[in-house]
Amino acid sequence: MNRFLWPLIAFVGLAVLLAVGLRLNPRDVPSPLVGKPAPQFSLEKIAAPGAPAQMFSPQEMRGKVWLLNVWSTWCVSCRQEHPVLVDMAKRSALTLVGLNYKEVRGDAAFDIDKIAPERERQLALERATNWLRRHGDPYLLSALDLDGRVGIDYGVYGVPETYVIDKAGLIRMKHTGPVTPEIVSGKILPLVAELSK
Amino acid sequence: MKMFDKPFTTQMLRRKSPWGTQRRHGSGGESRFSLRSLCASAPLWLIFFFSLLALPALAKEAEPLAADAVTEKRLVEISSELRCLVCQNESLAASNAELAHDLRREIRTLLKNGKSDSEIMAFMVERYGDFVRYRPPLKASTLVLWFGPLLLLIGGLSALFLYLRRRNQAISDAPLSAGESSQADRLLQANDPRQ
Repeated sequence: MNRFLWPLIAFVGLAVLLAVGLRLNPRDVPSPLVGKPAPQFSLEKIAAPGAPAQMFSPQEMRGKVWLLNVWSTWCVSCRQEHPVLVDMAKRSALTLVGLNYKEVRGDAAFDIDKIAPERERQLALERATNWLRRHGDPYLLSALDLDGRVGIDYGVYGVPETYVIDKAGLIRMKHTGPVTPEIVSGKILPLVAELSK
Repeated sequence: MKMFDKPFTTQMLRRKSPWGTQRRHGSGGESRFSLRSLCASAPLWLIFFFSLLALPALAKEAEPLAADAVTEKRLVEISSELRCLVCQNESLAASNAELAHDLRREIRTLLKNGKSDSEIMAFMVERYGDFVRYRPPLKASTLVLWFGPLLLLIGGLSALFLYLRRRNQAISDAPLSAGESSQADRLLQANDPRQ
């Protein structure tokens, strides 16, 4: 009996290790930004094309618990998560800020070398406002990150991504990939409730 | 694809020529470069033509060469130490993902601003974590990663050593009794073909 006991224990141990390993999501890279101040930026707010440009900076959100959601109209998973965000914004008093990530140059349909900067901005504004009009706008505002430079500061490596930022401006949670109703009710809302105390 | 199971020759195309006629080798009147055989191999020409069209797409993948070669060399050196987070088994130097392009551009800018290699490494780790480095740093959370394999090796070797020593003892510690020894002799004699 003893002869088979140790190999059996070793086998079960290995099987458990591999089973756990297979269940991990390799896309879930822990963000080093959690617990750190949200990087500062100043970007144009999305408004109807033609309206005067207004800037947004995370500084303005001091004293509030808020969510930063990275999205764009070419991102398929964003379309999938969008109803969840609209529903969440309707049902709770959560402040949701959008970061529109590489609206034009992220879309494979465009060759950015052939688009002038002002044209890129116009196109991005048109596409983003149309999309929000069609699918609903859960955001307090959306900032326009045309070249993805702010995205790099936030460690964005795929869209959508969602950050929970506290009153002091610290990032408290990062979620990679589409937000699901389970994540909203199980993780985001409890965390926001705790941070809002 | 079925079509490419056999060597793809114009002979095959001829058999399926739109005229439906079977041709035989040596049947007179058909010269090697006749218009008919040229038309019959039209698909081959088309394939050739369309692959020419695709050439500019290949050319576009090359990175724009910066004016100074030193920056480019350092860029390649640094980015081969970094993981592309989109295709995680590719380095930032090798990846053609959109994010990799952006990050290489970012590193190029940092290099031109006179940042050192370690400053650039810190820039990347601050944003994407230790996972972005192909050579993770030695710290509390990576101890298992660095020394786990060594521990497993030591554990395996000592288990093997213990097992062998115990078996050796078991063999040498059990001499045959007088009865067993005579039984063995009898069996050996009975099976010896020379007797």
